[in-house]
Amino acid sequence: MSSENLPGVPQGEAPDQTPEPVVRRGMFGAGDTGDTSGYGRLVVRRPARLASARPYGSYFDDVADALEPVAGDAIERVVVDRDEVTFHIARERLVDVMRHLRDDPALRFELSLGVSGVHYPDETGGELRAIYHLCSITHNRRIRVEVACPDSDRHIPSTVSVYPTHDWHERETYDFFGIVFDGHPALTRIEMPDDWEGHPQRKDYPLGGIPVEYRGAETPAPDQRRSYA
Amino acid sequence: MSTTTTEGKVYDVAGQDWDELVETVTESAEERLVINMGPQHPSTHGVLRLVLTLDGETVTEARTVIGYLHTGIEKNMEFRTWTQGVTFVTRMDYLAPIFNETAYCLGVEKLLGIADRVPERAQAIRVMMMELNRISSHLVALATFGMELGATTPMIYGFREREMVLDIFEYVTGLRMNMAYVRPGGVSVDLPAGAVDKIGEFLKVMPERIKDIRKLLDENPVYTRRTKDVAYLDLTGCMALGITGPMLRAAGLPWDLRKSQPYCGYETYEFDVPTEKTCDVYGRYLVRMAEMEESLKIVEQALDRLTGPLKGGPVMIDDKKIGWPSQLALGPDGLGNSPDHIAHIMGSSMEALIHHFKLVTEGFRVPAGQVYSAVESPRGELGAHVVSDGGTRPYRVHFRDPSFTNLQAVPATCEGGMIADVISAVASIDPVMGGVDR
Repeated sequence: MSSENLPGVPQGEAPDQTPEPVVRRGMFGAGDTGDTSGYGRLVVRRPARLASARPYGSYFDDVADALEPVAGDAIERVVVDRDEVTFHIARERLVDVMRHLRDDPALRFELSLGVSGVHYPDETGGELRAIYHLCSITHNRRIRVEVACPDSDRHIPSTVSVYPTHDWHERETYDFFGIVFDGHPALTRIEMPDDWEGHPQRKDYPLGGIPVEYRGAETPAPDQRRSYA
Repeated sequence: MSTTTTEGKVYDVAGQDWDELVETVTESAEERLVINMGPQHPSTHGVLRLVLTLDGETVTEARTVIGYLHTGIEKNMEFRTWTQGVTFVTRMDYLAPIFNETAYCLGVEKLLGIADRVPERAQAIRVMMMELNRISSHLVALATFGMELGATTPMIYGFREREMVLDIFEYVTGLRMNMAYVRPGGVSVDLPAGAVDKIGEFLKVMPERIKDIRKLLDENPVYTRRTKDVAYLDLTGCMALGITGPMLRAAGLPWDLRKSQPYCGYETYEFDVPTEKTCDVYGRYLVRMAEMEESLKIVEQALDRLTGPLKGGPVMIDDKKIGWPSQLALGPDGLGNSPDHIAHIMGSSMEALIHHFKLVTEGFRVPAGQVYSAVESPRGELGAHVVSDGGTRPYRVHFRDPSFTNLQAVPATCEGGMIADVISAVASIDPVMGGVDR
């Protein structure tokens, strides 16, 4: 059997980074015999972990310049993607860095747009993320600060002392992801009932849902439906 | 009814036993009264619960309890395609559906890298619909506010005028609320014939109607006494609490994302950002009124463009891998499937059928990454934090809803004031619980 009639493999630059871990093979959960789905050889890898190098472009370099003398050791990596900058900060230094971002005249991020959580079960050691969107009205700039914590030790220091608006936002993130914000004045659930078990926005928390029946045909619940990812 | 607890004596009121209650309370020497207001209360704009500690008529402590309208929209979206997400986000802040949709779609477009390729006509329609929506939302804020202070005329006026906007929405999108009109890549359907006339008529009538409401309220002594110097929150307080929107502009800062960080081509429209320096409820009212007048200006400019240079242009991105395969068509029973498109995929082109099927059931893939897109909603900065893992479904969508953040100002604006002013204070925040709880 020759390989003449097989589709060509694109030539050119070889991928120089180590391939990311495989998240899934195949499709539709089929994995026994035969390749009837046509997707049997599909390999889905985790998206590459980005890290940008200088120069970042736009005003991002100015922000980094002002931040580095104070918090250089706290910055784990910087990602510039789609005209937005993300500073990944070590959680131990978060409060310092946030205070500096707010108070330094060259930075002056006086408005915080709150906290958002994301759960990446595959990112071992940094499964849970708290993401802060900051806005500087003085300079008309936006940045994002991202802090990771492992699922086994879900603690991130609270930033309510720097941005009082984080009060409810941190409660929401705790409610949905189970991240404990140490030092929060009253970290209780905010959206879910007080006696709720589990943290619903985590990826290991099921959606629930029931199948829908219509004229004898049954449509499975949304989380049971076929997924094409 | 009264029971003794470790906290002291607790009186439960069911509404029928006032005599008994008055008797037992007069016996007690304690002045402190904890009142539970809501979650079912006409003056709380939906299912908001306030726990007020009173000393006489003065509020000494105000605690806000939310979560009664949590519907898990953000979780649900993770199990639907990117396009279906629009149908979910539109239900968050149900008085400003177009803003939710636009914030979300701008985020998805940024992730896809197609922000520059969205047709200009679609952007102009988005702007026009958003400004109409801003008017309708402010009208509800005004109407409910009047009602809560005991003035029923502004309520009737506000809802009557809002009806005109909802009629336009129905005419254009087929639905009065929750339209899922703005889609990634453009809008779901072009303006139908006659929409321009309808909106033109609205533009003619509305300035007079706004004047009527102003005549009723601007100098009304009853109204001004209930609103002036009430619920004071200055710029420092706004910044610390993350307050945006009319509350912030009533504290004197002309911060409006349409001006400072324009999107959808707002930089090409002429309008002013109204501000007040009073930091009180009355100032917020004036800002909202002035914003409606400015919105009318923007709608007029957008309409001029839609009938002039942008006439007949596309309203959906020219990318067959993203743009919905067909537009809706107006049938005798309202907006529905386009018969031409169905004839095309069922009768003449197998490839078109496959394409339609793939895009509608599977959806498009969005490259991995995260973005934050923000729009100036009637209540302040509405931000969408959209995360993709490269699949056909959102990995995580978080909405930074302005109502949620602004509601944190309740203790700061109410404590130390009279209990009657709590109503004014909450109404001036204009929270929409659908957006707060999501």
